[in-house]
Parts: sequence; C-alpha cells; structure tokens
Amino acid sequence: MLVNTEQIIEALFETIQMVSFSLLFSAILGIPLGILLVVTRKDHLLENVVVFNVLNGIINIFRSVPFIILLVAMIPVTRFIVGSSIGTAAAVVPLVFYAGPYIARLVENSLLEVDPGVLEAAEAMGATPWQVISKFLLPEALSSLVLALTIATIGLVGASAMAGAVGGGGIGDLAITYGYQRFDTITMFITVAILIVIVQGLQSLGNILAKKIRRR
Amino acid sequence: MIEFQNLKKVYESGGQQVHALNGIDLKINKGEIFGVIGFSGAGKSSLIRCVNLLERPTFGKVIVDGHELTSLSVKEVREVKKNIGMVFQHFNLLNSKTVFANVAMPLTLAKLPKEQIKRRVHELLEFVGLADKADYYPDQLSGGQKQRIGIARALATQPSILLCDEATSALDPQTTSSILQLLKKINKEYNITILIITHEMSVIREICDKVAVIEGGEIIEEGSVFDVFSSPKTQTARNFVSTVMNDQLPDSIKELIQKQEGKQKIFRINFVGNSAGQPLLSELAKKFDIDINVLFGNITELQGTPFGNLIVEFQGNDDEIKKVLAYVNEKNISIKEVIAHAS
Repeated sequence: MLVNTEQIIEALFETIQMVSFSLLFSAILGIPLGILLVVTRKDHLLENVVVFNVLNGIINIFRSVPFIILLVAMIPVTRFIVGSSIGTAAAVVPLVFYAGPYIARLVENSLLEVDPGVLEAAEAMGATPWQVISKFLLPEALSSLVLALTIATIGLVGASAMAGAVGGGGIGDLAITYGYQRFDTITMFITVAILIVIVQGLQSLGNILAKKIRRR
Repeated sequence: MIEFQNLKKVYESGGQQVHALNGIDLKINKGEIFGVIGFSGAGKSSLIRCVNLLERPTFGKVIVDGHELTSLSVKEVREVKKNIGMVFQHFNLLNSKTVFANVAMPLTLAKLPKEQIKRRVHELLEFVGLADKADYYPDQLSGGQKQRIGIARALATQPSILLCDEATSALDPQTTSSILQLLKKINKEYNITILIITHEMSVIREICDKVAVIEGGEIIEEGSVFDVFSSPKTQTARNFVSTVMNDQLPDSIKELIQKQEGKQKIFRINFVGNSAGQPLLSELAKKFDIDINVLFGNITELQGTPFGNLIVEFQGNDDEIKKVLAYVNEKNISIKEVIAHAS
C-alpha cells in the first residue's frame, strides 16, 4: 500500500469538508431556484414565462456540461471568489455550480408532487404567494425534499472525487491517483470501501429523516 | 349576497376556445342554501371558482357582498376571500399538519394571537364533532371526518359565505347525509349563505332552498327546489329529478299497457302539499261509475312539503272518465294521461 492511515484520514476530512460546504452553498442556490422554477410556470402562483424560460435554459446548460470540464472552465470564477484556483476550498466553487442546478431540478420535482388541491385551498383562504410557499408548498414537500437533498449529497460525494484535478484532495482523489493510476489495489479497495460506507450512511440517514418527517 | 352578471369564461385548450360559462345571470340571497346542479363539464366548477376568483371570469361581473370582485386589487381580493369559506371534494387538507394546525391555518395566515387561535380551533372542532381528533393527522381520519375538518377550516374566519365544491361527491351515502346535516346546521345557526355545486340531485333535495340547473355554460332552469322537483321544465332537469324521484313506470307495467293499447286509460296524478292527504281515489270510485286500478305510486317530501306521484288506470266509459278528469282538475290536482311509450 502506497498510502498510510494518516493520509486516508486527511483525505476523509477533505471529502467531508468539500461535500458539506458545497452542499450548504448549492442548497442555498438550488432551493430558491427550484421554488422559482415551480411558481413561475404556467398557471402557477407567480406565472412568469420569461423568468421560467431563462432559468430553465441556464440550469439545463450547467447540467449538460460534464463535471470535469466545468471544473476547469470555472477556474477564473474560482480564482475571483476564493482567491486561488487550487485546493480544497477552490474545489467547492465548481462543485456548487455542479450541484446547485441539480438541486434546483430535484426541488422542482419534489414541489410539483404537492397536491394542487392543497394550493387551491391556500389561495381560497387568501394566502399571499409567500405564505403559499412557506406554509403549504414547502411543508407538504418536506419529506420528499429531504430525499432529494440526500440524492444531491451522494452526487456531491461522487463529483468530489474528480476535485483532485484542481488539488482538492479527498478520498475519491486518493482512489484515482493511487489506486487507479498507480495500480495500488489495496488503496483502491480501502478507499472505495470507505466511499461505500459514506454513501450507505448518507442514504440511510436521508431515509430515516424523510420517514420521520412523513409520520410525525 | 352573491350575484353573477353576464358571466363568461373562455379557456384556451389545445388551440381551441372552450366556453365554460356562457353568460350566467344568477342571484343568491343572504341565508339561502343554493344548489347548482349539472353534469361534469357543464361549467359548474368554473362558476363556483369565480365566486372567490380562483378563476377569473373572461367577461361579466361577480358581486359578493356589494363588492365587484374583478375590479378589486389583489390585496383587496385577499381580504374578501377571508369572508368566503370553501369546502372541496377531495378535502385538500395538509397531510403534513395535524388536524389542529389544519383548522388553525386560516387564522395563522391572518396572524391572530396564539391564544385566540387555540380557543377558536377548539370551538370549531367541537362544533363539527371532532374535538378528540385535534392531534391526529388527516391520513388517520375517514373521508367523512376529513370533510368535517375541511368544513371547520372553512368556517375558521367566520365567513358569511360557504362554497361547497362537490363537497360530498367522494363520500358514501350515509356520510354524505351526515355532512349535509352539518351544512344545514351551519346555515341555521350562523345564517351563512351556502352555495353548493353538485351532480347529485339527492344533495339538492336534502338541503337546498333553491336550485339552478346548468348546462353548456348556461343556466337553463332555476327556481325553488319544490318547483323544479314538482314540475321540471327542461329535459335535463327532468332527468336529474328522475334520478332521485322514482316516477318512472316499471318496465313490466309499460309492457302491460302496450299490450292492451287502446282498451284502458292510464293517468298520472301529482299530489302537492295538502292534496296529498286527501282520499282522492276512494272519493272518485264512490262518486263516479268507474273502476280504479293503482299501477304505481310514491310520495316524497320536498322542503317539508309532501309531494306524491300516482299512476292509475281508469276503467269505464269515456264520458264518465271525462267527468272524473273535470272533477280532479277542479280540486287543483294535476292529472295527465300517460302514453305508454313516453310513460
């Protein structure tokens, strides 16, 4: 094995850092975008064809660029925001641009599943658009939103593996540089096993949370 | 209270214009229970949704409590909506919230103090008979219970109008009846004007004071429930009435009549109100030289007035039967000859 335990622990820490920070920022970006995608569509709360089409188009563009290309293409932006284009913090920027639009789509999906009748009842009560969103739409979709964020988090774990390309580090990077490129089978197995445990853990956590919310 | 003036609603559907409402003129007075009946697609859903502007009319006026709704600002409309409760076919409760939170919702939106909300919600749950279910979630309740919660929620802001959009169509007959009784109680105790749309004539019969029949986006018949049930003018109204008032000749009797065509005379007698209590047939048999054979009959109560329907066969010579008809007509009882194929 070409890596020691310390390196693995450090990589694990980097992965957790990258995933949690990029999850935080992409949720801050993606959730409002997802809400906008729902309420500005035709016959909805704040119907606005222009806003909907523009958002829809931009999100599709970001969603179509392969992450490894996005990673490189975002370097000027990263340098502007973080001050450097290399390192764990620098990896967070492209990760946010990758996961934000993804989360927007997932949120859109969850919110569209809310029974339109409930929203009709809200309107009949004279709720303001903000009240409809905060007191009807989001609470009714909460359990589904938690599952959506679980999917996004696991997506981020996978994407963060490629962050090695900009010196982001992390478990996935270890698997690629040592396990894959240097044929270090043991490191490969250990890192992949760690990734499996992380993904399993995240999915179970998401499932438990969603279940708890649904059946309070 | 609620008035529609030349109300029109046109949709764009797949490049085609659909006229959901075609010039509706209708007035609903304060304290009435007004029913609008029609087949699906007749426009009744659009009509009720125009009362709280869930749908905006394409043309015409909706006047609620003296306010012409389409001329109000969005904010003013929101205020008017607080005076209009709405009950839905599929209840439309929030599954993520308890019964308490559901009923409290309109008050929470109005930002009332917590203590006041608590008091009002318990009062409402008491009124609909579900005081013990405050901490339950909607999916733990039966359809009838969910609708009671829906009604409690609709009454939370003490509206003067209650809109019922097919409120009983998803319920079984027994539950329907109990929900209708609840609506009647609301109308009596709080003097709330109730507008009901339905495709079930039994709902109209059970609680409405007035009824309008809607077809093709137009009101084709309107009047007191008694008038429309006892003498429907349009074919659609007759069809609806016949769904709850069994006044059709049974097939076997129709056959019998057709077989003996021409030999006997069959009449339909409608009794209304007091006349239903009179021993008309025995009187006729004693006074005139005819034999009477009762083929079919029933009696229903409409808004507390008995309404009877009798199909009889008179056997005797033509002159005597003519005399009988004159006698019956004199008593202001409707009598009409039945032609077998039209029963």
